[in-house]
Amino acid sequence: MSSTFDTIANIIAETCDIPRDSITPESHAINDLGIDSLDFLDIAFAIDKAFGIKLPLEQWTQEVNDGKATTDQYFVLKNLAARIDELVAAKGA
Amino acid sequence: MRLEYFQLIDRVTDLNLADRTIRTENTVPSASTVFEGHFPGYPLMPGVLLAETMAQTSGWLVVALNKYDRMPFLAALKDAKFRTFVVPGMVLVVEAKLEHDGSGYAVTNAKITSSGKPICDATITLRVMPFPNDEIRQHMREQARRLGVPSVEPANG
Repeated sequence: MSSTFDTIANIIAETCDIPRDSITPESHAINDLGIDSLDFLDIAFAIDKAFGIKLPLEQWTQEVNDGKATTDQYFVLKNLAARIDELVAAKGA
Repeated sequence: MRLEYFQLIDRVTDLNLADRTIRTENTVPSASTVFEGHFPGYPLMPGVLLAETMAQTSGWLVVALNKYDRMPFLAALKDAKFRTFVVPGMVLVVEAKLEHDGSGYAVTNAKITSSGKPICDATITLRVMPFPNDEIRQHMREQARRLGVPSVEPANG
C-alpha cells in the first residue's frame, strides 16, 4: 500500500505533467513545483476522491491570508500528507 | 436563449437537491447577430456558447445547493465533446449532476441533448465564492424567479 505522500506525488505528476522523481516530501507545491491555483483545484479534486475527504482549502487560504499560518504548513508536501492523514483519521473517528 | 447577453437558460424544468441534479430547456433563437458571423448563410450555434450553456446550468445547480449564498464561476472545462451541429430553432435539454462538492470549488458532469440525441458533454469545474456584492446576489435571485428555479430558501433571508 503506497504512502499518503506517494499518492499525492503521483496525483501531482499526472495532473500537472511534472516528472515524478522531481517531487519530494520537501517540495513546496507552489514555490518549488510552480503549481497555480487552478491546477491545485484539479489536485484537490483528485485527493478528495482518492482519500474520501474534503480538503479545507478555503479555511487554509483564509488562515494564510490572516497571517495565522504559512503556506509551508499546507503546501509543503510532507505537511500536506500529514494534514490529509489527520482528515482521514477524523473521518474514521 | 439571448445569445448576445449570455443569457443562455430559458427555464429550469427540474432541480433535485437530494440527487444533486438539474435540468434546463432552452431554445436556440431563430435569429441572432451571432449567426451573422458564425456563419454567413450557414448559422451554427458556437461550441463555446454550448459550453457556456452547460456551465450556466451547472451553475444554477450549485447556486441552489448553496441556497443563494455562494456564486459559481467557470474555472475549467474537461473532455468537452461537440457531437452535432446546433442550428437556430433547436430545443436544447441540458442536464447536469454534481460530481463533487469541494472546498471553494465544485465539479459537475453536464450534457446537452436535442430530441433525445446527444449534442455535447463535458466535465466542468466551477470556483464557488461568496457573492462579490449584494447587487449580483439580488440579480441572481431575480433571474432564478424568471427561470422558474424551484423554490429554495435563500440563506440569510
